[in-house]
Amino acid sequence: MYELAYVRPQSLTDALAMLAQDDGAQALSGGQTLMPVLRARLAMPTRLVDLARLHELAGITPAGDGIEIGAATTHHDVSTSSAVRSVLPALAGLAGGIGDAQIRHRGTIGGSIANNDPAACYPSALLALGASITTSQRTLAAQDFFTGMFSTALEPGEIVRSIRLPACDKARYIKFRNPASRFALVGVFAARLPGGYRIAITGGGNGVFRWQEAEQHLDSGGSVSAIAEERLDIGNFTGDLHGSAEYRRHIAAVTVRQAISAIT
Amino acid sequence: MTAITLNVNGASHAIDVEDRTLLVHALRDTLRLTGAHIGCDTSQCGACTVHIDGRAVKSCTVLAAQAVDSEIRTIEGLAKGADLHPMQAAFREHHGLQCGFCTPGMIMMAVDIARRHPRPDDATVRAELEGNLCRCTGYHNIVKAVIAGAAAMEGLA
Amino acid sequence: MNAAPSTTAKFGQSVKRVEDSRLITGNGRYVDDLLLPGQTYAAFVRSAHAHARIASIDTSSAAQMPGVVRILTGQDLVDAGLAPLPCGWNLDSVDGTPARVAVHRALATDAVRFVGEPVALVIAETRNQARDAADAVFVNYEELPTVVDLRAAIAPDAPQLHADIPQNRAFTWGIGDAAQVDAAFARASHKVGIELRNNRLVPNAMEPRAINAEWRTFDRSMTIHLTHQNPIGMRVMFMMLLGLESENHLRVVSPDVGGGFGSKAPAYPEELAVAFAARAVGRPVKWTAERTESFLTDAHGRDHITTAELALDDQGHFLAIRVHTLANFGAYVSTSNALVVSYMYATMLTGQYNIPAAHALVEGIYTNTCPVDAYRGAGRPEAAYLIERLANLAAQEIGVDQAEIRRRNFIRTFPHQTPLVYCYDSGDYEGCLDAALRLADYAGFESRRAEARARGKLRGIGLSAYVEACGIGPSRLLASLGGAGSMWESCEIRVQPAGSVEVLTGAHNHGQGHQTVYAQLVSERFGIPMDRITVIQGDTDRIQAGTGTYGSRASVGLSAAARSCDKIISKGREIVACMLGVEPDQVDFEDGIYSSAATNQTVAFAEMAHAAHAAASFPTDRIEPGLVATTFFDPPNFTYPAGVHVCEVEIDPETGVTEVVAFNAADDFGTVANPMIVEGQVHGGVTQGIGQALWENAVYDPETAQLLTASYMDYGMPRADSLPEFGLTFWPSPTPVNPLGMKGCGEAGAIGSPPAVINAVCDALGIAHMDMPASPEKIWRICRQRSEMA
Repeated sequence: MYELAYVRPQSLTDALAMLAQDDGAQALSGGQTLMPVLRARLAMPTRLVDLARLHELAGITPAGDGIEIGAATTHHDVSTSSAVRSVLPALAGLAGGIGDAQIRHRGTIGGSIANNDPAACYPSALLALGASITTSQRTLAAQDFFTGMFSTALEPGEIVRSIRLPACDKARYIKFRNPASRFALVGVFAARLPGGYRIAITGGGNGVFRWQEAEQHLDSGGSVSAIAEERLDIGNFTGDLHGSAEYRRHIAAVTVRQAISAIT
Repeated sequence: MTAITLNVNGASHAIDVEDRTLLVHALRDTLRLTGAHIGCDTSQCGACTVHIDGRAVKSCTVLAAQAVDSEIRTIEGLAKGADLHPMQAAFREHHGLQCGFCTPGMIMMAVDIARRHPRPDDATVRAELEGNLCRCTGYHNIVKAVIAGAAAMEGLA
Repeated sequence: MNAAPSTTAKFGQSVKRVEDSRLITGNGRYVDDLLLPGQTYAAFVRSAHAHARIASIDTSSAAQMPGVVRILTGQDLVDAGLAPLPCGWNLDSVDGTPARVAVHRALATDAVRFVGEPVALVIAETRNQARDAADAVFVNYEELPTVVDLRAAIAPDAPQLHADIPQNRAFTWGIGDAAQVDAAFARASHKVGIELRNNRLVPNAMEPRAINAEWRTFDRSMTIHLTHQNPIGMRVMFMMLLGLESENHLRVVSPDVGGGFGSKAPAYPEELAVAFAARAVGRPVKWTAERTESFLTDAHGRDHITTAELALDDQGHFLAIRVHTLANFGAYVSTSNALVVSYMYATMLTGQYNIPAAHALVEGIYTNTCPVDAYRGAGRPEAAYLIERLANLAAQEIGVDQAEIRRRNFIRTFPHQTPLVYCYDSGDYEGCLDAALRLADYAGFESRRAEARARGKLRGIGLSAYVEACGIGPSRLLASLGGAGSMWESCEIRVQPAGSVEVLTGAHNHGQGHQTVYAQLVSERFGIPMDRITVIQGDTDRIQAGTGTYGSRASVGLSAAARSCDKIISKGREIVACMLGVEPDQVDFEDGIYSSAATNQTVAFAEMAHAAHAAASFPTDRIEPGLVATTFFDPPNFTYPAGVHVCEVEIDPETGVTEVVAFNAADDFGTVANPMIVEGQVHGGVTQGIGQALWENAVYDPETAQLLTASYMDYGMPRADSLPEFGLTFWPSPTPVNPLGMKGCGEAGAIGSPPAVINAVCDALGIAHMDMPASPEKIWRICRQRSEMA
């Protein structure tokens, strides 16, 4: 890790000021992705602004018929929250499968979505469920928030405050693990919302995306078994030594069928 | 260098560290608690597992400064004097270690597993150990030790 | 400190481990735990290129950085006369020319030849400062073309790694009788052939390599704390390489060592450079590898391409085997690799079978990759994998069951002289097979296969009947085959006046439980409690001599210990005879008590020990006072552990994912010292073998020669949730070659399991062969092709 300064603001206002006054400042939440990146000297922030203990970013609260999750909520707390388990059990299941137990104890939902790793689990849930993301400046729909691999609509100095998700008991996240890293080789979040089926796929390599053709197929009464991988644009997938684009696309379709079967 | 105070195994330690110092380095190099080991640089092997505020975390993925105002527990703080913690005793009883390098992290993780799953079965233990690598044992006896240790902890509770 | 029980133990019992108390409480002492007064830290500047000429190295800005003590380059080391690293084994090619061994320096001078090769060394006051300054060393490289693939490396137009080694070939070595083999093939009814790769592995001991070297100017001596499998061997080697005045000027300590698996047996460039640096700066220098450095530079394992044929008669009896192997050496010859690919590999190619004729050629080849050396099994897994794959192809060819083809060909009488130098000591291969088949419920497999098919899964079963060679010796034989080191082990036993015992062994424990097993042996022999016995190892200031631990050598060291026990007991008998006024042959010794029927008197072992030191009850002109015995045991032959592994897998044809659903093994390790510990060795070995078969694979980019699997993000380590419970049983045929009947158990799991897994995968899929690792995508493609054809 290169030399840097660590600061722990006492309030959100302080945190935003610290981020604003230093171009090299980097927000730090659970640090479970950032810390290995820093250890590998792949990033060189001048200071880390620790958001993990800000009360403004904490807590899971009912919001309308859904829930609102503070950005600094750990994966462990999401996975064990009775509120999440009752209104959106698939999200609890997703959170309980991120990384490993130690990582779930530190890693946060805000940190995960702000990083938008193409193999991260959370972005698929937010995109499928049509979540809204409240930042320090505005509220964004998930489809506008995730803009590509490792990229989001967040402006410099802007941070995620909370994520609002609708209740949904017809949803499922299934992850096909990379045998080495245990990240998603492919992850599928499928949900049946009042407006129809929603399917989001992560792990393809180019960032999370929705498979709208399959959604429409199901909405128009198509069968699960007829969800064909040939109709999934292979351009959404990249290959590496753990699986070619073709294999990933195949696994995505298999996993979509499994997830849809589980909710219908 | 920055002056910080770490609460480790029930004692308060005022130390000077660089801000970039990882908790595991502060424990090992500054406090000379060398039980937590470093087996990787990508936060995957779990040899450095300690408890922060009662939860197992990888101390190579936390800055020492992030752990200020928390309670840290390391492998050195598990036994009460000469009395082994039931999980330590179970690892010995079931031959859950060979070279011993991953062992402190395994045991700290195992205590956390038992806290959350008082009577874990084989599959639960194997799934919960996803973040701890061992190269010697094939995990067979570690799984047995965690199940037995959890049962022994239940008995004490 | 001694946490052993206050009771007497028996050799052969599952005694709980003595070493555990410190390791489970965080009181283990590994090299990185040590901080010395005046400590400095080393960081290496490593090549990002796989092949390049070093045009220049600019250390000027790095030298100005905070905390920097010294920066050393390869040229600095050469100028100071530091010798290059040695090759531990001499081989000749079939044409009689000696192997071409590339010069391997601690730090590269003219060129770099693999990614991660160390180029310069920075010594600084802190770890971070060393790393910061290493990043600021500027090396000007002129890139050269690279070669990774073995066949490409020996092609006429291949990039050449070493100017004096044409076509990158270290040697073409042969063994066996080619004419006999040709004749057997000419009259064979059937032939089966295969081409396979034995995939390259990264050993991944959980404790990374580490050294802390300290130079004392006032007496020109050095102390090195080194995580290593053979500290005594390293003392001689480092003494010579550094040009120290004598052994007495170097102490090497290997304290608790966090796993070895062969990867902590070589002499490495980094450690040599750090030791040199400690003398250069006059302060202790510590280096601990980061995991990425371990991936890049710990000697890798395996990496063969082999073509082979097996000749059969019409009944499926094996007549001859013909093998041609390309063995990847990496960029340099690591310490023992010439041995690994020759006498540890090719000699074992006939397996458990009576094959009258055999011939093998092995080409050792340089590529732009990390050097290769011994990794758990070291040659024997490659041999077992080949013959056990051929055995299954033979079963298919003849149309018999995989157990039956083995039964028809088993060696049944011992000792058995193979056509490839070695003479097997003892065994009951068919009994072992039957034991394994019972344990695995082999007879019930087809119903399990049918049940799995009903669930949409492809279930397969695979057998592997392995034999390996352990307890290497005698030294004279090894020297005649090209060995540069001796193969005995020593054990000194010192009995103190109050009856406590120190056991000093030159073997080294890095997870095997020596502290327990040696104490068990001595406790039984002397009839004294475990807590009276201390086992001392790993420190050249305390150990007289030894050769370390590798090659499942516990039998050698324990045999030395047993002989030393006998010497102590025998001397005790003479002393007690004097005490009781009888002849020595009138003194019995049992369960810690000397007794004489002639006088009806008894003397406890501790009383005898006291008398030996008091020296008042016997004539010291005839019997020396004191009670110390030393044995150097040079084994008269290798031992040949063997066994049968049975693996069952289930494959999901839709995803190609393989699950190992059952794994059972029956092993012949001869006498078993401590079943709990031995089973643990098998668990670990089998897991590494399953890892090789299904997930582990070190992959270099074919164009750039960058290591693509340089972390746990990309290298598939076995984890707890990817493995089954193991079922084990022992089927011992004690060996006659050592006094304990032990054969060794440390590597067997990793030798027997890969072919069992791949045989099971091939059985499930109904295919002839698939290279390791049997990855989901490879399997999916086969399944898809089949469903398209159907």
